[in-house]
Amino acid sequence: MIRIEKRIQPLRYQGIFAATSAVVIAFVVGCAIFAGLGVNPLTAYAAMGKGVFSSADAFSEVLVKATPLIFTGLAVATAAVMMLWNIGAEGQLVWGGICAAGAALFLFPQTQPWLLIPLVLTASALGGMVWALIPALLKAKLRVNEILTTLLLNYVAIIYMEHLFYGPWRDPAGFGFPGTAQIPEAAQLLRFAGTRISLGFPLALLCAVMLYYLLYKSVWGYQVRVIGKELRAARYAGFNVTGKILAVMALSGAFAGMAGMVEVCGIHYRLQTGLAVGYGYDGIIVAWLAGLNPLVVPFTAILLGALFVGGEQLQSVLGLPSTISLILEGALLFGLFTGQTLVRYTVTISGRSKEVS
Amino acid sequence: MIEDLTFIAQISIKSSVAVLLATVGGIINERSGVLNLGIEGMMLVGALAGFAAGHFTGSPLLAVAAGALAGGMLSLVHAFFTIGLRSNQVLSGLALTILGTGLANFLGRPLIGQTGVRIRQLPVPYLADIPVIGDILFNQSPFAYAAYLLVPLAWFVLFQTRTGLILRAVGEDARSADVAGVNVPLTRTLSVFVGGLFAGLAGTYLSLSYTPGWKETMTGGQGWIAIAMIIFCFWNPLLAFFGALLFGGLTALQFFFQATSMDLIPSYVLKMLPYLLTIGVLVMVSASSKRRKSASPADLGVPFYREL
Repeated sequence: MIRIEKRIQPLRYQGIFAATSAVVIAFVVGCAIFAGLGVNPLTAYAAMGKGVFSSADAFSEVLVKATPLIFTGLAVATAAVMMLWNIGAEGQLVWGGICAAGAALFLFPQTQPWLLIPLVLTASALGGMVWALIPALLKAKLRVNEILTTLLLNYVAIIYMEHLFYGPWRDPAGFGFPGTAQIPEAAQLLRFAGTRISLGFPLALLCAVMLYYLLYKSVWGYQVRVIGKELRAARYAGFNVTGKILAVMALSGAFAGMAGMVEVCGIHYRLQTGLAVGYGYDGIIVAWLAGLNPLVVPFTAILLGALFVGGEQLQSVLGLPSTISLILEGALLFGLFTGQTLVRYTVTISGRSKEVS
Repeated sequence: MIEDLTFIAQISIKSSVAVLLATVGGIINERSGVLNLGIEGMMLVGALAGFAAGHFTGSPLLAVAAGALAGGMLSLVHAFFTIGLRSNQVLSGLALTILGTGLANFLGRPLIGQTGVRIRQLPVPYLADIPVIGDILFNQSPFAYAAYLLVPLAWFVLFQTRTGLILRAVGEDARSADVAGVNVPLTRTLSVFVGGLFAGLAGTYLSLSYTPGWKETMTGGQGWIAIAMIIFCFWNPLLAFFGALLFGGLTALQFFFQATSMDLIPSYVLKMLPYLLTIGVLVMVSASSKRRKSASPADLGVPFYREL
């Protein structure tokens, strides 16, 4: 029998405690999986660690993976602060990618880099924004559940993107491979010396800082947080809730759209199948692990990036499917829940439950 | 013409079985007041477990049992965290889908492209001979027949028995049910488990019957469509037939257009339609928000605990 009692006061450093317990529990779950597969957990974790820290080159890949994750993490966090669920970052990312590639290839192909990159970035942000505004409008005007609409729109976005690069946008000189032509060099993001880290990474950090100031140091952000905490109080205070839903979802979609841009313009240089690999869903974990704090998001994104790079290493060294990182992601979230409960309650597990009289 | 329509109707039913089973499971689950967004993950795990059990034992019966049970087991994770540890139900459901997808992809890697047990169409004696209707309704997979029986049964248990009354009471007002002596956590855990069994069964249908074989993300969002259909049919299993048929019908049209290579509607638009239609359905239901409010279990998503 599990008995749960409320603590008189929540533990201190709740966020850190919960996040740490998430990591610890995911670690233990990983040990169990490795042991179950007949692999020494220490060997497995050593392989992962080596894959991440063995060289500056290896670690740079972590930051490459973290870049879109920061954006999608910010996207989820922006909405979640107001208790809106944006499960559609994946689709918004796809639209960001479509708009980025479209702008670079067809709209402004002859433009100079200093002008083209801001244009492409704006296009991608607008793409994600518009896609997020559909569920936002439905939520604000008709109270349609945004969890389901944002999620279902992911499938629609991916089908449309595939239609584009299998059909009208397919590279005529691509030997039949699905994908658009390469975007002009002027639209490719600058990469840092010898790595695949692009300008997208500092841009993501900048966005995190800006979002922090917007949410925590502005009146607008204050109102958003009040709506998230206590909707009725916010209505009573006369805050414009409908407008905020639209604005917050638009901002959220813009972040996710930019994730698509940094992938297309920083990594792939074209629109192709590798774009929708689940970064939008990973953003949920990044955001909640960070306690919805934009300044913590980059760190949790890097943690998840390390998990992915380590997972790939497991595949190449020990032949274990790299999809193990997805299981560990799930374990991270459930570990986080455990931590969140332990912060507020005491849990006793005993053989017999004592009836409270 | 009649032949075409019969064909479309038959495929419609064939394509709606998984959504139907998952929807009904979700209704039982949500009627007790627990929201489980993990249906997609439980379906995937069920699909894999069913396929794997069939592959290794060769027994269809064991395969179905394993698939359903796998969904049920995974649902207990959700039950533990939301009912036991009072975690956020939305987040826990999402985490369940992530975990389920991960487990299925990871464990299923060696099984991609393998062959296993197939559960084929099985015409019901006599009934299948009825003109038109027989072909549409009774020339299906045994899973469809199971659904024909399980759906009314679920309705009967929910609305005509004491067990169902208790379950719904917990979902409407957990506190009062508790005062009346109902074990709220146990009731909720059991109904989450039954919901998991249904989702697992739905997944098993996909991997054994509908598209035999194991493929990553083979559910293609049907678990999410089921969650929307729960709302669409106002938490009533009998109405779930219509919701699921709506989805099945669109899928069948897609096949039909492909088979006859008609270019009336581009294929990518057809592929989008089930998702767009589901959104449309949600909008429609929200527009009639009064009825939705009264149909939705009042304590849905509200954790229950005795606070001293």
